[in-house]
Amino acid sequence: MSDVKTCACCGEVSEEQLLLQLDDVLAQNRSKEGALIPVLQIAQTMFGYLPKAALKKIALTLGKPYSEVAGVVGFYSFFSTMPRGKHLVRVCLGTACYVRGGKQVLESFRKHLGIDVGQTTEDRMFSLEVARCFGACGLAPAVMIDDDIHQRVKAARVGEIIDQYRKEKKPAKVKTQKKGGK
Amino acid sequence: MAENTTGYRYYLTLCDGPTCMQKASRTMRETLERELARLHLSDKVRILVSGCLGMCQKGPILIVNPGYAMYGRLTEEAVVRIVEEHLFNNRPVLDFIIDEDHLFNKFYRVFGDVNFFGKQMRIALRNCGVIDPESIDDYLCVRGYEALAKVLSVMTPWEVIAEMKKSGLRGRGGAGFATGVKWELTAREKSDVKYVICNADEGDPGAFMDRSAIEGDPHTVIEGIIIGGYAVGARNGIIYIRAEYPLAIKRLERAIAAARAAGLLGQNILGTAFSFDIEIRLGAGAFVCGEETALMHSIEGHRGMPRPRPPYPSASGLFGKPTLINNVETWANVPVIILDGADWFATLGTKTSKGTKVFALAGRVNNTGLIEVPMGTTIRQIVFDIGGGVPDGRRFKAVQIGGPSGGCLPEQYLDTQIDYESLTQAGAFMGSGGMIVMDETSCMVNIARYFLEFTQDESCGKCTPCREGTKRMLEILTRITEGSGTAEDIVRLERLGALIKRASLCGLGQSAPNAVLSTLRHFREEYEEHIQHKRCRAGVCQAMLSYAITDACTGCGACRKACPVNAISGTQKTLHVIDQKACIKCNNCFVTCKFEAITKS
Repeated sequence: MSDVKTCACCGEVSEEQLLLQLDDVLAQNRSKEGALIPVLQIAQTMFGYLPKAALKKIALTLGKPYSEVAGVVGFYSFFSTMPRGKHLVRVCLGTACYVRGGKQVLESFRKHLGIDVGQTTEDRMFSLEVARCFGACGLAPAVMIDDDIHQRVKAARVGEIIDQYRKEKKPAKVKTQKKGGK
Repeated sequence: MAENTTGYRYYLTLCDGPTCMQKASRTMRETLERELARLHLSDKVRILVSGCLGMCQKGPILIVNPGYAMYGRLTEEAVVRIVEEHLFNNRPVLDFIIDEDHLFNKFYRVFGDVNFFGKQMRIALRNCGVIDPESIDDYLCVRGYEALAKVLSVMTPWEVIAEMKKSGLRGRGGAGFATGVKWELTAREKSDVKYVICNADEGDPGAFMDRSAIEGDPHTVIEGIIIGGYAVGARNGIIYIRAEYPLAIKRLERAIAAARAAGLLGQNILGTAFSFDIEIRLGAGAFVCGEETALMHSIEGHRGMPRPRPPYPSASGLFGKPTLINNVETWANVPVIILDGADWFATLGTKTSKGTKVFALAGRVNNTGLIEVPMGTTIRQIVFDIGGGVPDGRRFKAVQIGGPSGGCLPEQYLDTQIDYESLTQAGAFMGSGGMIVMDETSCMVNIARYFLEFTQDESCGKCTPCREGTKRMLEILTRITEGSGTAEDIVRLERLGALIKRASLCGLGQSAPNAVLSTLRHFREEYEEHIQHKRCRAGVCQAMLSYAITDACTGCGACRKACPVNAISGTQKTLHVIDQKACIKCNNCFVTCKFEAITKS
């Protein structure tokens, strides 16, 4: 599966080309039982989101009604039918982060970015989401921006973090860990 | 650990648990390798990467053996010095050594000699932090796959099941169903195809046991699954894991490939007639998929919605075939039971709950991290002895056990023993093993609201009691935290809660009211305070707070500028005042003040 994921990186591939690549993915998977969700996951990493054209193609090839595919997409929070911003901000509201003030951190991101959870800023720079536990409870409250985890985030310092991403510089104190693929 | 142990002068163990990794233990490794190469030590020192060592507070951690020097809070500079002084000149760098005699330390120092390590005991996590999770050779050296070999060569499937039943192992996913009985039911079914599933869809917020178990020792889980497949007569295994755990997925993929290459998976395992293979399926972000019937719907490619049972998965599960489904921790216990015997396992723990339980200890506690304790350990021992108590001199208030399905236990329940029955009786729930400690800064009404918000959000919407009931309960709780609750609201909550528990379709709904009911039972006075006196003693519920400026104010004016409604007045260098009528309690001033001159009460 991982070899397909890697082609997601550059934004320069046009959607038409990606749709052609999707054919290959479907050809590999269509005979598998229960292939729908794995195929959707691959498609989402390819496109960055799930465009209608891709969903239609998946429904047609797997012989499922479009309504059923859309129903599955709508059910799982991992899938998105809206393009996302360049940076994905995910504020953890797992219990440990919540107890240590994750909610104030989220509030601060909302205010600074001027968007609500699930929305993308007008300049398509940031999308804001809530996450349920990255397993980083020892570092609560935690925020994950793209693949970087920010630990012990303070509500008052959220502005600084955003500015660092706006300037396209990796903040010095970020402890990074690349998770391949995406 | 591996066979080629000769020729190395030192063994380094670098913690690669989620917390240490985020604290940059990867970059530490690069520095370490660079420095070793510089001093021509590369072939004299072996670097082992381990799963979570459970000392997340002090990470990243590096252990140097022989001599057992444990270095913590590593920085690049520290690594350079450790290599130069310790590994090259044989002089441990005292500056960076963690010298406190911590329980985790004790555990590792005596590992391999005795079976009891302080208050912890590791069975499911026995290899985490000891072997390199990416090396099958390391696993083979700690009797890995020996249980599988034993099962395939000298035991019939029914003997395996009998052994599991005798051990008294119960499902570690939460409900605690007897594992051996589950295996027996699946084995009795006659079918050409059967499935074995490992549930690694660990969704409880604040729980990361399964993640660490897989990241630290994937082969144990795989070995358990293969044995399960042999016992029930299945050829197909599936591990359903959250997409949010990329490292765990990678480790599993590698481990499966290595096992396949070694002839431990695939056709004719170890030269016998038994064939079995494992496939990984990723979750797509739905909490309810941790419920077994929902999980199977998800694997089939549908919405992850539960269905009524019976039929149980053992009769009609994945694709309508008999299916055995167990949680990660349950699977990790299997090889030990086979190797060391059900009789030994059954001596551990309490009368009804055998063995150990892994908990993810987090929240307001000094030592956060992963622990494994024998059943029967008290909550007090976990929070105060292993966890080191509550930080900042604050008072312990409650411990939340079992995630959104569990409940909050107050101080007087600290001596409750950890076992399935005792916890349920006290109003909590074993759950998968999240354990969150709270001190007096946590408002119990707010916590109940938080958990309900979570279950409400994750409710799949299939059955009415859960879909509508949790929504109404959430509305009532929100009302109470906003200061407009009425005395009848408590009665309403209790009635609704009992109804949802009885009438919901699956475990999510049946346990959703637990957070509210347990706090109502143990912290009723806080609810009453919120309703009658509009007071939140923890100072959490914004609507009930009033802000004031104390004498510590230097008159800097920062709060005045931060106030969105101009409720703060005052001139430069004089004490500022908040107009209570205008204040909207946005908390901006409190966050802005650098002198801690603003109080909320």
